[in-house]
Amino acid sequence: MLLDYSSGFHYLLALAPEVVLSVAGMVVLLAGVTGKREGGPGHELGWLSLAGLAAAAVANGWLYAGVAEDGATAMIAVDRFRLFANWIFLLGAAFAVVVSLDYVARQKLQAGEYYSLILFAVVGMMFMASARDLMIVFLGLELMSIGVYALAAFNRRDRRSAEAGLKYFLLGAFASGFLLFGIALVYGATGSTNIHDVAVAVQEGTAARGLLLPGVALLAAGFAFKVSAVPFHMWTPDVYQGAPTPVTAFMAASVKSAAFVAFLRVFLVGLGDVSSEWGPILWWLSAATMVAGNLIAVVQSNVKRMLAYSSIAHGGYLLVALVAGNDTAAGGLLFYLLVYTVMNVGAFAVLIVAGNQSERGSRIEDFGGFGWRNPVLGVFMTIFLLSLAGFPGTGGFMAKLFLLQGAVEARLWVLSVILVLTTVVSYWYYLRVAWYMWMKDAPEGTAPARLAVPIAAHAVLLIAAGLVLLTGVFPGAPLELAMGAVEGLVEVVAGR
Amino acid sequence: MPRELPGRSMTKSYAPILVILGVSILNAVGMVVASHVLNPSRPTPQKSMPYESGMIPLGDTRARFSVKFYMVAISFIVFDLETIFLIPWAVRARELGWGPFVAVFLFVVVLAVGLVYEWKKGGLEWD
Repeated sequence: MLLDYSSGFHYLLALAPEVVLSVAGMVVLLAGVTGKREGGPGHELGWLSLAGLAAAAVANGWLYAGVAEDGATAMIAVDRFRLFANWIFLLGAAFAVVVSLDYVARQKLQAGEYYSLILFAVVGMMFMASARDLMIVFLGLELMSIGVYALAAFNRRDRRSAEAGLKYFLLGAFASGFLLFGIALVYGATGSTNIHDVAVAVQEGTAARGLLLPGVALLAAGFAFKVSAVPFHMWTPDVYQGAPTPVTAFMAASVKSAAFVAFLRVFLVGLGDVSSEWGPILWWLSAATMVAGNLIAVVQSNVKRMLAYSSIAHGGYLLVALVAGNDTAAGGLLFYLLVYTVMNVGAFAVLIVAGNQSERGSRIEDFGGFGWRNPVLGVFMTIFLLSLAGFPGTGGFMAKLFLLQGAVEARLWVLSVILVLTTVVSYWYYLRVAWYMWMKDAPEGTAPARLAVPIAAHAVLLIAAGLVLLTGVFPGAPLELAMGAVEGLVEVVAGR
Repeated sequence: MPRELPGRSMTKSYAPILVILGVSILNAVGMVVASHVLNPSRPTPQKSMPYESGMIPLGDTRARFSVKFYMVAISFIVFDLETIFLIPWAVRARELGWGPFVAVFLFVVVLAVGLVYEWKKGGLEWD
C-alpha cells in the first residue's frame, strides 16, 4: 500500500501505531477510575496496557511489512528507521510495564494513571521517531516529557520521588525552551520547519547562517539535555535515584532512546550539511560524557545511582555515532539502543525485585552474598552487568563494536580511543557489583531469606537475558534489520 | 521548496509593532516620571500605606489555599482551549467539509475522555 496523503485518512494510517496506543492509553485511564475496586492491585490494568502495547506492535508490523510512502517529505515519516525505533520503545515499555506490576501493587500507586502515563509517553516517543517536521519533534518531546515528569513524582508519599519530579520538570521545561528557540531560529534561517526542506535550504546555501548556527547550537543544547550529555547531565542522578525504580528503568531505556532517535534524524538528515559546524560541539559533548560519566560512576556506593551514571556514560558512547554520522554508525546506534534497552531494563528489573518492600536495598553492601542467596537472579544480574560493561559474548560488546566501526570509518581516532579506555574503566564499577554478589558475605542483620520473584518478572528477566546473549553471539539478524533501517536515511537530499 | 525567506519585507511589516512598543514604553515611563516631578510630596502615614483607602494588609501573602481552586482552574483551562479550537472551526465549518469535522470530533472525544476521568475521580465535586 502506498501512502501519498491525497486524503486525510492516509495520515491516520501513517500514524496507526500511535493511534492504537493513544486509544489504549485512554481505555486504561478510564478502566482505572471505573469499576469498584479502586486502590486494588491493578494487575489487570497492567495486562490491559500490555495488550495495548502488543496491538501497537502489530500496527507497527503492518506498516513495516506492507506500507510505503510517496517521497520523503511528508510531516510523518513512514520509513524503516522510525518503525525499527518504535519496536525498541514498545519493547522497553512492555518490559517496564511487566516489572511494574508488583511494584505498583506493593507501593499502592494509582494503577490506571501510572500505566496510561507510560502509554502516552510511548506515543510521544513514537511521534519523535516519526517526526519529519521540527514541530512534530517538539510535540512528541513534550508529550513524552510531561508523562515522564508525572511518573518520576509518582510515588507521592516519598519525598525523594517528589523532588525528582519537580527537579526534572523545572530543568526539562527549561531545556524545552532552548529546543523551541532553536527550532524558531532554524525556521527563521531556512523558512521551513520541515526537516527535508531545512536540509535543502542548508545544502543550497540559502539559509541565513547568522540565524542557522545559533539555532543549531540551541537545538544541540536541548537534545543534549534530554540525552543527559555531560554539561547538561546534572539532573540525571537525582532524578533517576528518586523516581520509582520501574520508572527509572523506563526513563533510562526508552526516553533516552527516543531522544537519540530524534537527535539523529534532525542533525544527520536536516542539518547534515553543516556537520562541520556542529561536529566539534558533539565531539566534545561525547568525549566529556564518556569520561565524566564513567569516572563519577566509579565512586558511587548506591547501585541505582551507579546505573544512573552508567546511563550517562552510555549516552556518551551513543554520541560517538552522531559525530561519525555515516550509515554504519547510524545503524550501530539503532542496534546499540536495542541492546541497551534490553540490558538496562534487565538490570533495573533485578534491582526492583531486590529492593523488595522499599526503595532501600539498593546500596552496594546490600548486594553482598546476593548471588548465593538468589542464584537465578544473581546469574541474570551478572549477565546484564557484563553486557553493560561490554564483555565479549554479550550484546553490549557487539553494540560497542559496531559503534567503534562507524567511528573508525569516519576516522575519529581520538574518540575511538576514549571509548575503549572509558569502557575499561567501566568494568571496575560494573564488576564491583558482581564481586559483591558472589564474593562477599551478606551485610550484618539482614534476613537471608530468598526473594519471592513474580513469574512475570522472571519471564522478563529470561527474555532480556536471552536477547542479550543472542545479540552477543549471533548479532546478524538484528544488525541487518538495524542497518536496513538506516539505509538511504541520510541521503534523502538528492545529490548528497 | 522552502517558503519565502524572511528578509526585508518581514522586517518592514514588524516595524509598526516596534513603533507601538516604543511609544507605549515612553508613555508609561513619561507618566511615572512626570507625576514624580510635578506633584508636591507631603507624605502622611495614611498615604504611604500600600492601599490608601483599602484594608490594612495582614499576614503572609504565601497563604495555603484549598487544592479545589486549583482543580477548577485546570478544568477551566481545558474548556477554554476547547473553545479556542472549536470557534474558528465552527465559523468556517461549511466550507471546510468533512475532514476537519472528523478531526474536531476526535478532539472533542479526547476531551470527553478527560472529562469522564475527572468526573469519576471526583474532580468536579466541591466537598
